[in-house]
Parts: sequence; structure tokens; C-alpha cells
Amino acid sequence: MRGAARAAVCVVSWALGALACGGGQGGDTIVVGHVASMTGDTATFGRSADQGIRMAVEEANAAGGVLGKKLSVVTEDDRSVTEEARSAAQKLIQRDQIIALLGEVASSRSLAAAPEAQRAKVPMISPGSTNPKVTEVGDYIFRACFIDPFQGAVMARFAADELHAKRFAILFDFKQDYSVGLAEFFRDTVKKNGGEIVADERYTSGDIEFRAQLTTIRAANPDVIFVPGYYTELGLIAKQARELGITVPLLGGDGWDSEKTLEIGGDAVEGYFFSTHYAADSDNPRVQEFVKRFTAKYGATPDAMAALGYDSAGILVDALKRAGATDGAKLRDAIAATSGFDGVTGKISIDPQRNARKDAVVLKIEGGKFRYYRTVSAE
Amino acid sequence: MENLLQQLLNGVTWGSIYALIALGYTMVYGVLRLINFAHGEVYMMGAMSGYYTAHWLGLAGAPSVTGLVVVLVASMLVCGLLGALIERVAYRPLRGAGRLAPLITAIGVSLLLQNAGQLVFGADPKFFPPLLRSEEVFRAGEVAISNIQLTVLVTALLLMGALEYIVQRTRFGRAMRAVSYDAPAAALMGVPVDRVIAGTFVLGSMLAAAAGILVGLSNPKIDPLMGLMPGLKAFVAAVLGGIGSVPGAMVGGLLLGVIETLVTGYLSSTYRDAIAFVILVVILLYRPTGLFGASTTEKV
Repeated sequence: MRGAARAAVCVVSWALGALACGGGQGGDTIVVGHVASMTGDTATFGRSADQGIRMAVEEANAAGGVLGKKLSVVTEDDRSVTEEARSAAQKLIQRDQIIALLGEVASSRSLAAAPEAQRAKVPMISPGSTNPKVTEVGDYIFRACFIDPFQGAVMARFAADELHAKRFAILFDFKQDYSVGLAEFFRDTVKKNGGEIVADERYTSGDIEFRAQLTTIRAANPDVIFVPGYYTELGLIAKQARELGITVPLLGGDGWDSEKTLEIGGDAVEGYFFSTHYAADSDNPRVQEFVKRFTAKYGATPDAMAALGYDSAGILVDALKRAGATDGAKLRDAIAATSGFDGVTGKISIDPQRNARKDAVVLKIEGGKFRYYRTVSAE
Repeated sequence: MENLLQQLLNGVTWGSIYALIALGYTMVYGVLRLINFAHGEVYMMGAMSGYYTAHWLGLAGAPSVTGLVVVLVASMLVCGLLGALIERVAYRPLRGAGRLAPLITAIGVSLLLQNAGQLVFGADPKFFPPLLRSEEVFRAGEVAISNIQLTVLVTALLLMGALEYIVQRTRFGRAMRAVSYDAPAAALMGVPVDRVIAGTFVLGSMLAAAAGILVGLSNPKIDPLMGLMPGLKAFVAAVLGGIGSVPGAMVGGLLLGVIETLVTGYLSSTYRDAIAFVILVVILLYRPTGLFGASTTEKV
């Protein structure tokens, strides 16, 4: 019966010339793609985001699905390699005929995948890419998070106001657009507020030896060191900094938000601060409910990428309902019109530049845990 | 000035890792005239076997010197066997097949180990268990030496000393030098050439394994592709010192480590990898025998 109905729908839509049946998209499921780093240097980003996305989709399906159909997610691993994000996106768009693309977390990889989505007019929502260039690729590219100018400014102001820093050092990853961008906006804000950049050093993703840069930074005698990289290198940097007798705090961005930071860094990351999208120990009931369900499902506390994955899928589901259709242009317009969406990472409105406007939180690493420190509003 | 001393210390420590790997390249080249491009992967396997040994023996949670020695010895044994296996399976059947065929096999073995490593160990980086608790052991003004840096340096120097002893003072070492000097003549004098070559691979692989453990100790992130860059850098170090020369590999490794650290510390880490390969090109153009290599005339 169902088969016959599907065949009938196909014939009708073929007759209307509107829909192609077959591929992944026919029948009673709507297929969403997820490009993610499930393995490699930043594997926790992809895995967390994927868990969040799948949880949101399951919840939407349990609540009756969308447009009378069930959603399904196809995840394509890019192994944390920039070039592979592009081919993963291509595969999802062509092979799986996805209606929307979620991912990537890392900005460099989102920048590699975005042109494919834009060309195919498949709306893309990046959960966690904060580099401004990502959504500038085209009008089909969105993000569920704030952008680096905001994040960089937050940490520069935080260092000056809360830590009374006057001499700033930066150690960034010049192979990652995310890290370069964050360093740039941090630098600008420091200078604008009359601070002094006393050391500006760089490294490359995958490096394991940082003692040379850290020795130079130590000689410059800074009050804080801004390390806007990803968690893998951060853990090693923190350890080597402590070994060289560096005692001033390290600051970072949401690239630190992973359990691995604590695992690799151990004692060496104690007392450091970073900005991110949400705090798992916040007393917001919406967050508490999410943390409870996530922990029950996966046995781990959700990190920021899990929360953003959850929200990016939530934005998509919300937009699908409002669009009432799965075709690219309508869906795009509906996502662009998102306003006041109640996510676990805050109230999300999509601005004309297709970025999410919302608050940032600063977390402190204390007693081997991330603890909520303060909220910095977007205004 | 203190800053410079600290950088030199950082550089020598980092360079001692290159030196240990470079020794394997240079010894194998000495006896076989073969660049064993799978050598970087042996170093990776050293770190990996250390990782698993530490976890299996329950040494991961309890830092101790005994634990470190156990892990070091175990992984040197594993890699010694691996080195012998690679030689037996991939190079010995091609002995006498010219120089190109074994070189291609070497690249094949390298790719095989990288990809098999990703299958078996997973592509994710692993974090080498802390086998020593990091402490400062010495400080003069700004210059700080941690027990970890000291351990890396001392272990590397001890191993190099042991190697020098083996090469210069033992029967095996003499046989190795004989094969390196003239293999057919050595064979005619009754030197078991095949066994000497296998032994050379074992020795070189054991040193690479030690380098893997020391890196795990001081820079505790390991993954199946970690051998690629250090493998190339150590090759540059071996050429810089004069390929085929044991003291050359030691000096070349330490020198490259110091150069890289100074470039990173005083210029920018952007130039660090480029510098190593510029050195390679310059050495090959102007002094192909390296710092310590004797110039030989090709027999026609």
C-alpha cells in the first residue's frame, strides 16, 4: 500500500516536473547531510556535533517528524583534513541528494565545503565555524554560532578588565583560518584599548614542539598569553609552558572546548580561561534539560560542539516547518528568517550576514573541570 | 643571552630526537647504499608500541623511572623485530636488483605502515601516558631544564655512546664496517653479510623506537602519520652530517634541531620546515658528502 502510494506520488510529481524521485530523497524520509571530522586531530568536534545533531533529529522524529516525513542524517567523515571536507560535501550532495548540509565545525574545512553547497543551492548551516569568511561564501551558507571579531574582542576585553593585563602575547596556528582570525581581532581590540602586544608567535597544526616560541614569549614577559588554537596543540603548549616556568594564564576561544583539553593538559591547564558558546553547568532550565537528556543518551556531558550541533539541527527543523517544503530556495529563505529561536546555546536570531547573534560565555578551568565564569552579551 | 641559552637547550633536546632517527638512515645507507624511507614509520611504531605497553602493563597512571625503562626496552625490542622483518620481507629479495627497486619498495613499506597504522590504531591522535612527572631540575636565572628534557638528552646521548661502542669495539661493529667498506670482499673474508645487514636494521630500528618513546615523553601526542615529517627531517640531518657516517648523523641531527629552534624562536615558525629542506638542497649542491662524509670516487 505504502509502495503504491509512493509510486503514485512519484508519478504525480514527475507529471508536475517538480520533484525527482529516487536517490536518497524519495518517499517518506528527508535526508540531511553532515560533514564532520569523525577522526583525526579534531575528532571530538565532529563526534560531538554529530551526537548533538542526531539527538535533535531523533527528538524531531519522535514528535511526529517534519512535513509528514521522518528526517535522517548521513554523516561523511573528512578525517580533520581540509581538502577532504570538500569531497565529503560533494558526495553528500550528489550521492545522497541531501536537502541541507550541516557542518563543519572548523572554519578552514567549512570554507572548503561551502562553495559546493552554494553551487548546488543546498542550504548549509555550520554549527561552530566562527571565522567571518565562512558565511561570505554565499547566500546559502549560515552558521549557528557567533563570529570571531566578537569572540576575539570578548577575550581581549576580559583580559584587560578581569585580569588587569597590559602586556599581551599571542601564539596562534597560522594554518587555521579560525586561529588566524581570532588572533587578528584580539590584536586589534588590544591595540584599540591601549594595550601592548609584546610577542606575536605562530605555529602549524600538527606541531608538537613549541618550546622555541614559548621561550621567546617568556622573554617578552607578558601578563597573559592568548592561544586561539584547537585543543590538541593547546594541551601540549600548556604543558611545555609550565615546564619552561611560565606562570601567567593562557586564554583561548571555543577551540579549547573539548574533554581532550583536560585529558591532555591535565594540571597544566588549571586556572586558564576560554570563551565559548555555552556552559554545561549553567542554571538555565533549557540547558539543564538538554544536559540531562544528552548524558542519559551518550553517557558524557555535552561540550559546546554537541550543543551547537543540536542547535544547528534545531534551526533546520524549525525552518523546514516554516518553509513547508524541502526545496533549496524556500528552505534558505526560512533559515534566513530565523528569529528568537530558543536554542541551548542561547536565543538565536540569524542576522543579514547569516550569522547567529547571541551571547558568549567565559569558562574557567578549575579542579579538572570547565566552570562557568561569566556571560558576555552580544550587544 | 639567557634566552639564547634556553633556545640552544631546547634545540639540542629536539635535535637529539632527529639524531637518533638519522642514525638508522645512515647505518642502513652505509651497508646497503639504500635510503630506507620506511624508517620514519619505524619511529612511529616505536611510539605506538610504547603507548600500548604502558597501558597494558598499567604503567600509564603511575609515573616512575622503572616504568619508563620497561616501556623503552619493550618498544626497542618490538621495533628491532620489525626492522628485521622489513629487511627480510621487503629488501632482501631485491638484493642485487639495482638501486631503484629497493627504493620504491621502501616507499611502499612506508605507505603500508602509515595506512595499516591508521586502520589498526585509528587516525585519531593518542596521548602518550606521562611516564615521568614533569619537574624542574635546574634553573639559572631564566634558563630552566625540566627532568623530561634532561631524560631525553641523557637517554639519547647514552644510546649514541652505546652505538659508537658497538660500531668501533665489537666484532659485529667491525663486520658492519667491513660490509660498509666493501661488501663482496667482506663476504669473501667470511663475514656473514646477510646477518650483518639484518643486524644493522635491528640496531637502527631500536634507536628509532627510542626516539619515538622520547618524543612521547616530551611531546606526548602520537598518531600513525607522525613519522612522516621527522623521517624527512632526519634524512636531511643524515645528509647534512654526511650520509653513511655515524658521527655525522649525530652532529647533523643536533645541528638541525638547533637551527630549527633558532629559526622558530628568532624569525618565525613559518620558515622552520623550509629551512630544513633548503639545507638539504644547499648541501647536495655544494658539499654532497656532508660535514663528515669522505668523498669517494665511483668505481667504474
